[in-house]
Amino acid sequence: MNKMPNWADTILVPLLSLLLAAVISGVVIALIGHNPIYALKLMVSGALGTSTNFSYTLYYATNFIFTGLAVAVAYHARMFNIGGEGQAYIGGLGAALACLYIPWPHWTLALIGGGLAAAIFGAAWAAIPAYLQAKRGSHIVITTIMFNYMSYPVVNYLLNGPIKAEGMEPATPSFAAEIALPNLSAILGTFGIAFSDRGPANFALVIALLACVGVWILIWRTKLGYETRAFGESESAAKYAGINPTKIIMIAMLISGALAGMMAINNVMGEAERLVLNAVEGAGFIGIAVALMGRNHPLGILIAALLFGILYQGGAELSAELRIPREMVTVIQALVILFTGALDNMVRMPIEKLFLSLRRKEAK
Amino acid sequence: MTLFTKFFGATAALALTAGAAAADPAIIFDLGGKFDKSFNEAAFTGATKWAEETGGTFAEFEISSDAQREQAIRRFAEEGYNPIVMAGFSWGTPLATVAEEYPDLKFSIIDMVVDAPNVQSVVFNEHEGSYLVGMLAAMASEDGTVGFIGGMDIPLIRKFACGYAQGALAVNPDATVLANMTGTTPAAWNDPVKGSELTLAQISQGADVIYAAAGGTGVGVLQTAADQGVYSIGVDSNQNYMHPGSVLTSMLKRVDTAVYDAFTAGTELEAGFNVMGLDNGGVGYALDEFNAELITADMQAAVDAASAAIAAGEISVHDYMSDETCPVLEF
Amino acid sequence: MTEQSPAIELKGISKAFGPVQANKDISIRVMPGTIHGIIGENGAGKSTLMSILYGFYKADSGEIFINGKKTEIPDSQAAISAGIGMVFQHFKLVENFTVLENVILGVEDGFLLKPSLNKARKELRQLAEEYELNVDPDAVIENIGVGMQQRVEILKALYRRADILILDEPTGVLTPSEADQLFRILGRLREEGKTIILITHKLREIMDITDTVSVMRRGEMTATVKTAETNPSHLAELMVGRKVLLQVDKAPAQPGEIILDVKNLNVTDEQGVHRVKDVSFNIRAGEILGIAGVAGNGQSELLEVLGGYCVATGDIFMNGEPIDLTGDKSDGQSRRERGIAHVPEDRHREGLILNFSAWENTAFGYHKDGKYQKNGVLMDNAAIVQDTAEKMERFDVRPPNPMLAAKNFSGGNQQKIVVAREIERNPDLLLIGQPTRGVDIGAIEFIHKQIIALRDQGKAILLVSVELDEIMSLSDRIAVMFDGKIMGERLPDETNTQELGLLMAGVQGETA
Repeated sequence: MNKMPNWADTILVPLLSLLLAAVISGVVIALIGHNPIYALKLMVSGALGTSTNFSYTLYYATNFIFTGLAVAVAYHARMFNIGGEGQAYIGGLGAALACLYIPWPHWTLALIGGGLAAAIFGAAWAAIPAYLQAKRGSHIVITTIMFNYMSYPVVNYLLNGPIKAEGMEPATPSFAAEIALPNLSAILGTFGIAFSDRGPANFALVIALLACVGVWILIWRTKLGYETRAFGESESAAKYAGINPTKIIMIAMLISGALAGMMAINNVMGEAERLVLNAVEGAGFIGIAVALMGRNHPLGILIAALLFGILYQGGAELSAELRIPREMVTVIQALVILFTGALDNMVRMPIEKLFLSLRRKEAK
Repeated sequence: MTLFTKFFGATAALALTAGAAAADPAIIFDLGGKFDKSFNEAAFTGATKWAEETGGTFAEFEISSDAQREQAIRRFAEEGYNPIVMAGFSWGTPLATVAEEYPDLKFSIIDMVVDAPNVQSVVFNEHEGSYLVGMLAAMASEDGTVGFIGGMDIPLIRKFACGYAQGALAVNPDATVLANMTGTTPAAWNDPVKGSELTLAQISQGADVIYAAAGGTGVGVLQTAADQGVYSIGVDSNQNYMHPGSVLTSMLKRVDTAVYDAFTAGTELEAGFNVMGLDNGGVGYALDEFNAELITADMQAAVDAASAAIAAGEISVHDYMSDETCPVLEF
Repeated sequence: MTEQSPAIELKGISKAFGPVQANKDISIRVMPGTIHGIIGENGAGKSTLMSILYGFYKADSGEIFINGKKTEIPDSQAAISAGIGMVFQHFKLVENFTVLENVILGVEDGFLLKPSLNKARKELRQLAEEYELNVDPDAVIENIGVGMQQRVEILKALYRRADILILDEPTGVLTPSEADQLFRILGRLREEGKTIILITHKLREIMDITDTVSVMRRGEMTATVKTAETNPSHLAELMVGRKVLLQVDKAPAQPGEIILDVKNLNVTDEQGVHRVKDVSFNIRAGEILGIAGVAGNGQSELLEVLGGYCVATGDIFMNGEPIDLTGDKSDGQSRRERGIAHVPEDRHREGLILNFSAWENTAFGYHKDGKYQKNGVLMDNAAIVQDTAEKMERFDVRPPNPMLAAKNFSGGNQQKIVVAREIERNPDLLLIGQPTRGVDIGAIEFIHKQIIALRDQGKAILLVSVELDEIMSLSDRIAVMFDGKIMGERLPDETNTQELGLLMAGVQGETA
């Protein structure tokens, strides 16, 4: 028996959590001497107000969709993949190598080639922790965290040496101009919709949306997804059914790593058009919160990623406009993550009780 | 009366800021944030000094994502801030794009070269300053082993290390130079604990003078050196005061001066290539009351002579970044 | 004779979980010095009622009187101080503590442990003499048998000065002889004036030991009668709400070809324990082989090997062809391809995914089946839902809603979903473990009929059960397992529970 209707679970609870987070953030903003209502307005208009700003919001959201999907796919097999950060970084390396050393004649081919390279590199980075979990029982949380740390020196070494561009900066050379992915303004322009060309949102957004659909089909419409979910729900039952645990762990983690790696289509191929140090900037970790908030469902992840995109972009505008320190914005972002993720039950329980008592009244 | 003046003064100032906002300078800090105990903080110090001395105001912004670079520069440019100053090599590519869009505004970039008619590129000869403190280190060392602890392993820091090693070997051709980097992520700029561990490791290998070019990590290096009774060398700003008697000297890299100068020049900022070296006081070594007893007259004479020779082009210190190799040090 | 006040009296207890009314206006009187049975199907509300009495739940309405005094029991501490002790179905003991340490856990007096231990040791000796509850106080819990562990639970309650003992399904884990010992202890406790409430679903236990019995059905108390004045079929009728056939009707078996032939099977588990020792047997078409034994004597491993998820050595032939025991074809999928269907012992851990809907569970294990696919890549969810709806109809699963999650069905209906899934594959061999564990009497009757029907279609069936009655009434041949070995084979007509009970305890009778 479900304790409350579906709509309350998927919409009401997150909405109330957000509201609580907003109220407490408002108190924090008031404490440092600003008007919370004005700050909220700034944040919303900063994220959605102009098409340039919205482009930034979408750019961040695209990153979070990839990393959120990565966490979700692994989570359906009850693998807690904390390694999205490293997988996305190594995926960026794959994309950069493919874009630098193969003379793609057209951006579409570069997208396929670079995207594949990113996915393969990301998957490879997830493969070793997956193998250790499947065969040796080494806990995936520990190993993926370690692999995050191992990705930094690998990329750092390459960016400081073998694939470094001329000059002071530890970064690769810029990719050829012909293979730059079209930005959102060009894509929407073909449909006659005017959109700012100054933001970073690009064709990767389309890939991210396709990835959402792909993951949904994979998890809920294929044998593999069925086996993955079954394994995630009950390993003993999966064994009974003849589902091979090693195979499921490996495949789920490879797909997860590939999705994380594909974030490179956005940040490396679409935006920077080169690989720079620390290119992932924590998006791998945000992906965990996004998946948690999105209940590991692609649609939920899409919405959560947008929300986090708004928080990121709105937060930057808030900090620039009010001249409040960057750390203050981080506090606000953290409050939202805390309320929507970790403190989910705090909001959920009273609402469940409310629904139960409502039903009891109806029953009487 | 005082209250009245204050009130009026405040209103006047407010009116002034609103009206004069267009001519105010702006500074944008890199990902490390303005309190990174390194060049961002030095830049902030320079800006603050200018504001205090002139009574002017300036705009500032700390980015939190690489994607925000263009956005940040453009935002200040649109609001008419002039000049717009930024510190860090990562600004090169976005500045090149935005500078072109706003030919009437002036930009200044520190630690990086952007070739545009309205951009001033400020670079420092860190290898020359490091050469001088390397000489001091070798002269102060009793067993001929000196250490270098860098922050994040990037070419810029290797440039410090290479200059330092050349200076040490110039004084004592048999000297051993130990070089370690704290890490490979930006966290390496702010890891005093790791800095302390590396210091202990180098001391156990015989180092008795250790040069920290590692931002906040250096705090741990200086502290541990003081605790263990060996000499240390600070970096960027004058850190001699932190452990008098233990900090041998500091390699000065005057990012604050660069920012101060850019703000002072205002809209008249001169575009082009601005090298801050020994000759114009952009780099150097620190001598004050806290280390006066540690630097003997002989040492000072030797270093000053070398400084003059470098400025005159008689001694050439190899710049790691010119060819990404160091003749005297392996990384 | 003066009117004695009852040890426990419940008046009008009601408790609802959301829209589910677990207890409806329940009243009981239990006189001191008696054993009172509470019987009912799974989900009838027995456990909820006892949890209210022990302070785990708070009743929505109603009153509790202990020895005639109205008592509030907000938590288990209050229950203990009111003199109520509870022995749970799943023991709540610290595995690596000694008996003594477990007994005093939570009631240590003073800061130092030693005086408490000494005091408890003395008291334990006294209790042991008084009630024939002999347990070594220094034995570590994980090293003693379940029967002993249960005594520790009883000692724990008595040490806390309990006058009223509640036992929840106490014989589920015991051998018949251990159960007999338990009943002797309970009798002794009754003589000493303790009051005992026995919760069970086994009619025989009620008849054997209780003085009075209450029957619960769907949250309501349907009757309270003196045990001496009732009989099993009457109680069963009260439990289910209709007439029930307690005896299975079946024609004599018509055995055909050998379907399954097991030779010298050995299983050693991951801890290196030798679980199955040199087991050989065969099953013919149209025959049910029942394997009796106390849980944990190798039957589970035997089923797992045949089901394809436990490695073993030896030879197994299915329809004369060898079965792969270690290689690529040793998994559950390959077994299903060979015509082996498997209703596992534990439907919660293995047979079902509780969070999956009924239709998803119907495809479980057969999800690669051609009729559940479309376009070669995707699963044909609509076809599975349709198939599930038809199966639910044929097996009378209630509610017949394929979209409902498995966890929301009652135990009996869950088991029907599993049995329907496996039987309807029309397998050559059906492995079926504990087919009616935690299943209500109505569903037991149905499942038994299905098993017999499958046999009569000429299929081979391997039945593993710890319920001797079930083994006796369904099997055409009975093998008894003890300590990984088959102790002997008997024909159901030529043996009795006493003989089987001895074999189950490892006492070798004359060989068959």
